[in-house]
Amino acid sequence: MPEAVAARERAAGPPVLDVRDLKKHFPVRKGLLQRAAGNVFAVDGVSFRIETGETLGLVGESGCGKSTVGRTVLRLIEPTAGAIALGGTDITRLDKTQLRPYRRQMQIIFQDPFSSLDPRMSAGDIVAEPLWVHGLARGAALRKAVAELFERVGLRKAQMDNYPHQFSGGQRQRIGIARALALQPRLIVGDEPVSALDVSIQAQVLNLMLDLQREMELSYLFISHNLAVVEHIAHRIAVMYLGRIVEYTDKRTLFTRPQHPYTEQLLLAVPVPDPRVKRPKRVLQGDVPSPINPPPGCHFHTRCPYAGDRCRVEAPTLREVRPGQSVACHLR
Amino acid sequence: MASIDLVPGTAAKADDNESAWSKLFYYATAHPLGVVGAVIMFLFVFAAMFAPWLTAYDPIGTNPALALSPPTETHIFGADAMGRDIYARIIYGARISLAVGLGSTLLGSIFGVVLGLASGYVGGWVDLVIQRVVDVLQAVPLLVLALVMAAALGPALDNTIVAIAIPLIPYTARVIRSNTLALREQPFVEAARAVGMSEFRIAVRHVLPNTVAPLIVIATAQLGAAILTEASLSFLGLGVPEPHPSWGRMLSESAAEYVRVAPWLVIFPGVAISLAVFGTNLFGDALRDILDPRLRD
Repeated sequence: MPEAVAARERAAGPPVLDVRDLKKHFPVRKGLLQRAAGNVFAVDGVSFRIETGETLGLVGESGCGKSTVGRTVLRLIEPTAGAIALGGTDITRLDKTQLRPYRRQMQIIFQDPFSSLDPRMSAGDIVAEPLWVHGLARGAALRKAVAELFERVGLRKAQMDNYPHQFSGGQRQRIGIARALALQPRLIVGDEPVSALDVSIQAQVLNLMLDLQREMELSYLFISHNLAVVEHIAHRIAVMYLGRIVEYTDKRTLFTRPQHPYTEQLLLAVPVPDPRVKRPKRVLQGDVPSPINPPPGCHFHTRCPYAGDRCRVEAPTLREVRPGQSVACHLR
Repeated sequence: MASIDLVPGTAAKADDNESAWSKLFYYATAHPLGVVGAVIMFLFVFAAMFAPWLTAYDPIGTNPALALSPPTETHIFGADAMGRDIYARIIYGARISLAVGLGSTLLGSIFGVVLGLASGYVGGWVDLVIQRVVDVLQAVPLLVLALVMAAALGPALDNTIVAIAIPLIPYTARVIRSNTLALREQPFVEAARAVGMSEFRIAVRHVLPNTVAPLIVIATAQLGAAILTEASLSFLGLGVPEPHPSWGRMLSESAAEYVRVAPWLVIFPGVAISLAVFGTNLFGDALRDILDPRLRD
């Protein structure tokens, strides 16, 4: 039955997002002549894929490059090297005009619900802008489409004429989500979308994102430093440290059988709501080293309790240690 | 959940379907000082437009018999050293002072905003070139510039406006640039970029409207300064040529000589200038608040 085969092929299809060996180095300039004095290795060889309807959680400490990954994927920041494929099309080197149709397929939700909305535009205009820019609707049709988006994210259409400052943080985040949904994208990058919200509101926004994912077969690249939040929403998780992915596996495996020492330490640092649980005192000493001159060998060796001589010299590659679990560590 | 508490009536005050008049009335009651400013500005504009109907006297014609006459029933503001009616000169002078004040502020603001926005938003070598041009503009002393322009083009109203506008540009350009630098890093600008909006459109739709508040503050301050600058230029014979009356010249001509013997020569033009500056400041403050959705309600 060739038709059934074709249908299955289509369903399998290329992943929504396929990132290969992505690098972003920011030059550090010094002095009067702005000589290049080095590089910030913000993202240093990152690969992952996201399938239709799947959420990849990207976790790590602040400064590990996770937000840079998100912005580079959206081509808001130009990648230094590597390849980004959106639904099978390589968009890494497309110019502005060529990129425009692909912008409709990928959108972003920001961390700060205050600075992510133009204070001088009404909520309705903010949500209408993507539709207007792409010429998808005008006049009454545009207003109707915006009203539908408002209701879809749990806002009332009577609120369309209100301005951002008249909304609460959670409501503003819903406006941000409505704006991201307007173009019916396949992929939404969430850059810490709930970390600026109250815990009770976090759950509401996360559940909204889950509902929308089911309804619209959305894929999420969910960037967060909060493992509890990622556990709630992600299917698979990539742990980043200093510009590299150190562990990449499904949610259950990560939380039950972490293989990388860094992941282990991160999980130990998650608070447990039980005062009787005894926890090791020594959890992740020191700070993340500077990404300007990252330590040689394994980036984590300066803070790793198990680091050996090899770790200080040779950078480990991300390899599959078990089916579906990749780790970048010499010791596994 | 702030917006749920909002009664539809409060939110709908700024609604499109309400008439312009009811909106105006709403803003007026919310900003009584702005209304005072608007009334003052309106009176001066009205005086400038209908000067011949507001006074029977010729602002230029001299009358030795009336020289330095104090305010009387017929000449309510008195007369100057050449016997010209001060009230008439103030009414007619509104034409020149407002033209210079509004004209040079507008001109300076337009160029300042365009240069500042381009400089801050585009950055790189464009920023470098514009900032050096602005440095040069700032380095040229106003009087030298006005002198050169008057010598080359002759003293006239339009040359005066241009000469006064040029030194205003660097100030506006710098403030708009620094605002733009902060705004272009805002996530809402990034969101517009993610949507695929062109950089030009982002600059005009998202960055420019958010620089309105500082612009209005600067422009209202500059308007007063421009009226005073015209005074000093006229005093040096570089501004609007004699015998046309301008408040600035009326003030500067008589300040030194007559302030003791005939203070009305100084007081009335001084009051006119102060009122105009005061009115624009009040109006500017209210306008800034009205244009900012965060302060509107």
